[in-house]
Amino acid sequence: MTLTLFLPRDSAALALGAEAVADALRAEATRRGIDLRLVRTGSRGMVWLEPLLEVERHGARLGFGPIATGDVPALFDSDFGPHPAALGPVADIPFLARQTRLTFARCGVIDPLDLDAYRAHGGLAGLARAQDMTPEQIIAALTDSGLRGRGGAGFPAGIKWRTVMQADGPRKVIVANADEGDSGSFADRMLMEGDPFALLEGMAIAARAVGAETGYIYLRSEYPVCADILRAALEVFHTKVLAGSGFTIELRIGAGSYVCGEETALLNSLEGKRGTVRAKPPLPAIAGFLGRPTVINNVLTLAAVPHILADGADGYAAHGTGRSRGTVAFQIGGNVRHGGLFETGPGLTLGDLVNGICGGTASGRPVKAVQVGGPLGAYFPPALFDTPLTYEDCDAAGGLLGHAGLTVFDDSADMGQLARFAFEFCAVESCGTCTPCRIGAVRGMETLDRLIAGDPQAAPLLADLCEVMRAGSLCAMGGFTPYPVESALRHFPDDFAGQREAAE
Amino acid sequence: MTDPAIRARQIAEAHAGMDGPLLPVLHAIQSELGHIPPDVFPEIAAALDLSTAEVHGVVSYYPDFRTTPPGRRILRVCRAEACQAMGGAALADALRAGLGLDWHETRADGAVTLEPAYCLGLCACAPAALVDGAPRGRVTADTLLAEVAP
Repeated sequence: MTLTLFLPRDSAALALGAEAVADALRAEATRRGIDLRLVRTGSRGMVWLEPLLEVERHGARLGFGPIATGDVPALFDSDFGPHPAALGPVADIPFLARQTRLTFARCGVIDPLDLDAYRAHGGLAGLARAQDMTPEQIIAALTDSGLRGRGGAGFPAGIKWRTVMQADGPRKVIVANADEGDSGSFADRMLMEGDPFALLEGMAIAARAVGAETGYIYLRSEYPVCADILRAALEVFHTKVLAGSGFTIELRIGAGSYVCGEETALLNSLEGKRGTVRAKPPLPAIAGFLGRPTVINNVLTLAAVPHILADGADGYAAHGTGRSRGTVAFQIGGNVRHGGLFETGPGLTLGDLVNGICGGTASGRPVKAVQVGGPLGAYFPPALFDTPLTYEDCDAAGGLLGHAGLTVFDDSADMGQLARFAFEFCAVESCGTCTPCRIGAVRGMETLDRLIAGDPQAAPLLADLCEVMRAGSLCAMGGFTPYPVESALRHFPDDFAGQREAAE
Repeated sequence: MTDPAIRARQIAEAHAGMDGPLLPVLHAIQSELGHIPPDVFPEIAAALDLSTAEVHGVVSYYPDFRTTPPGRRILRVCRAEACQAMGGAALADALRAGLGLDWHETRADGAVTLEPAYCLGLCACAPAALVDGAPRGRVTADTLLAEVAP
């Protein structure tokens, strides 16, 4: 009799001790003469429960978490029954039960390297549909679904693909932007570690739609576990799915530069150059990697494609509101009680998500601010917690939804220092192409120091500087750094002495 | 010609057929030699039909590439916002004091190198770090120091 257990090999689970738990499970099974089949899955995205161990009983997956090595003997003693860490059926945990999991449906459920399990859970159906469709039909389905780029800019994916399809040029290229540099974001990582075939299938469909022969995944070097899983997944996918198709995918690793998440900087980096931003036009769709027509999409954009083709564009578009269609994978981190990944149709308010679903702060103190959309996103005070989390509503509230990462801060946060950090980060990471970004970040840090020290003359200078950076930078690095700075100033004037005195 | 130079040239030549080979070449050299000594730049350049200046420009642009040997352990600590929300700034101060190192520095005895990271994707178990590439969540200065510099 074989005992099957499921334990994540996701980076967050490993960061919280999953490997030691795996070793303890194997050792305990050996000691008891039990034949253990330990399936290493991705994460369900409930990071506060990691390492989350699961066992299948009567068709349901029962969870235990968080598990430490010391819990292992008692779990075997009770035959994975009553235990202080027992959570009951995982699917019934409210955090999971309230989600609409489309892109992340398999994440945490299957072994990410088991192609048969992938197929049994609906995988490869989208690619099979695509084989029976013309490129025009595939792109029409994508357009009808309303899928927008998940990297942050929200550009309609169908238009991008159509441009590449119609572009005149040989050796077209598909690039998956896996340089998930925005702090507070980890959805791409979770997907690639938990369900990498979904990304690879999306890339294969893109290749068929536009007529590409080469694909690249540009992965950031900060994700070494993810790189190992992707390498193994690519080997399986090349042998069992892509063989004979004329399309191959290569994994490339970045080298620690944030700006390489911007698509033109990424293409320069992929070509072996410094990762500096290019002026557009030409669009990458016309002249991208080595001048070839290139589809460059975020990981989640590509991973949503198989689902759209398999289940139809209408089903996908039925989720969401207005121009925000489909689902969004929110990532909630920082000082949060129940942090992790929450996939749902857009429209939920910021307060519902942070205070309701995620239970407020980890420290138990009041929430002071939530940074929405990464390091270049605005800080939202609780007064704006009724903002619906859609592209349009976040925009109207003076922020951006971006890659849907939310970072929670309690009332001990110093917004003056966080605003300063936004400039410091920009100074470290600026690629140097645009003067407002390269010089402005350093000057901004100095001017904020003056403001924090109580110099009221610094405020108009800072406003002017932010205006110049916003208008005079090619990409979001310089152009959006004013978002965290100015939102912190606007909503938390008490954390800036100079601002406070100017107001008095 | 020194041994690292010969090896660097072999690695570069092995990648020369790729489209855009320079980053994979630099990663492969650093992975084997631990760093990319500046005197191998001309070898890489020759093998890939680049100028030495182009190689230098790329090596110096990317934070990951180092031109001096790292410590035996590499501690990469996240400085980004989610980790700051969980005491990341105090953690960084304690680590720098405990190791006697600032960012990007290697201890004189070669035991450890301290590197900053701007997000490791471990934002829901902050503060986070990588120890020789292995993820660590909800870290404290004491546990990290005990691991990298016992």
